[in-house]
Amino acid sequence: MALSEQEILAGLAEIVNEETGLEAEEVQMDKSFTEDLDIDSLSMMTIVVNAEDKFGVRIPDDEVKNLTHVKDAVSYIANHQG
Amino acid sequence: MTDTTQTARRVVVTGLGATTPVGGTAPETWEAIVAGRSGVRTLEQDWVAEHELPVTFAAPIHTDPLEVLKKVEVRRNDPSGQYALIAAREAWADAGAPEVEPERLGVAIGSGIGGVHTLLSQWDVLKEKGPRRVFPLTVPMLMPNGPAAAVSLDLGARAGAHCPVSACASGAEGMGQALTMIRAGRADVVVAGGTEAAIHPVCIAAFAAMTALSGRNDDPQAASRPYDVDRDGFVMGEGAGVMVLEAEEHALARGARIYAYLDGLGMSSDAYHITAGEPEGAGAARAMEEAISDAGLATTDIAHINAHATSTPVGDVAETRAIHRAFGGHTGSIAVTATKSMTGHLLGAAGALEALLTVLALHHRQVPPTLNLDQQDPEIDLDVVTGSARALPEGQLAAVNNAFGFGGVNVALTFTSAS
Repeated sequence: MALSEQEILAGLAEIVNEETGLEAEEVQMDKSFTEDLDIDSLSMMTIVVNAEDKFGVRIPDDEVKNLTHVKDAVSYIANHQG
Repeated sequence: MTDTTQTARRVVVTGLGATTPVGGTAPETWEAIVAGRSGVRTLEQDWVAEHELPVTFAAPIHTDPLEVLKKVEVRRNDPSGQYALIAAREAWADAGAPEVEPERLGVAIGSGIGGVHTLLSQWDVLKEKGPRRVFPLTVPMLMPNGPAAAVSLDLGARAGAHCPVSACASGAEGMGQALTMIRAGRADVVVAGGTEAAIHPVCIAAFAAMTALSGRNDDPQAASRPYDVDRDGFVMGEGAGVMVLEAEEHALARGARIYAYLDGLGMSSDAYHITAGEPEGAGAARAMEEAISDAGLATTDIAHINAHATSTPVGDVAETRAIHRAFGGHTGSIAVTATKSMTGHLLGAAGALEALLTVLALHHRQVPPTLNLDQQDPEIDLDVVTGSARALPEGQLAAVNNAFGFGGVNVALTFTSAS
């Protein structure tokens, strides 16, 4: 069964917390990964790979640069989950 | 050699930090060492049996980094970086978090082996899960200067972040580099030391293959026995020792507590054998002589030596010869100790930890005992402190710390008491 966007957001927030130590509640839809959450490109790659494992989606490297905000990642995962 | 003490700035020790096999802090470590407590134990990891390792014990870290660091800091640093961060933060706080311009604050933290746990665990990830799953921070975690860089980032140190790599002399070279930086006017404060986290099956197998390790599996706490007739090799340890070293005038201006002075550095290389020290100790003796004259002292001024003394049959004798060569007939008045009998051999952190213990010996005027010295090797005619700690006299005191490394590296440091 497909996960809701809220469920994806919660799962993504857990991954971000694990990788960066940021509190999960700071990870909100309108936040920018780089500007607001201070996540660098190295951490972003780990977050992407962990999100792939968690949600069973494949996020191509070319696509990662388009995921500037949390909502971009959430909607990409929502639209591609198997 | 040139006597630089007339013109150069003197360097003082104002902060101490350590995480070691016997304690999670510098004071805990000192308390255990003075009490003669061993940090050596049988390893409980599955990989010992899995790989049928010939040596089943070591001296692992006393306090789990997860008790001290944030989870994310543990995740983003190799254990060698974690230990360095823990020790550096303790040393920095102990020094009273000195106010210093970032451009005048340096780091010099050596490592002998670097991030071997990271390198080999990511090799496993590559084989099992493919390249995309290899952790993006693998390179900064495995590089030997990763710990120095992590500390530089943590403290905002911009005068330089150096990592001397000279096997088991790395930590002592870190102290030496800091001394040189401050004397040269490149920095006013340097966070200096060494770190190592190499208790890994590959490292144990490799050191065992060269018959460097004690094989006393049935009695681990008796295995590290420098100077004893029954010594059969060293015991692997891990951890970090870090000091805040500071230009004397800088420390005085802010009213800092001064533990001791770092007044002398001596370095030499044997050019004899890739691993074995030169058996007559000529190179090691030159390092000691240089460290003492660099401090403007004579060999008769030295009251205490914290020896390299790893508990190998050949190495302990070679260092003894070097001490006799450097000190002539004065060795009878020097209290010698071998603290690796309790901590094991911290490799690239050894010189830093033992420098720290030398400083504390001067500060507390107390030389820690050498454990497991039941019957002293007749070839080692030194006044070794055994049984319990020995008091040092009042008045001005000086002490030497030795650290030698594979590659024929010899480093000696001279510390003098603060009062």
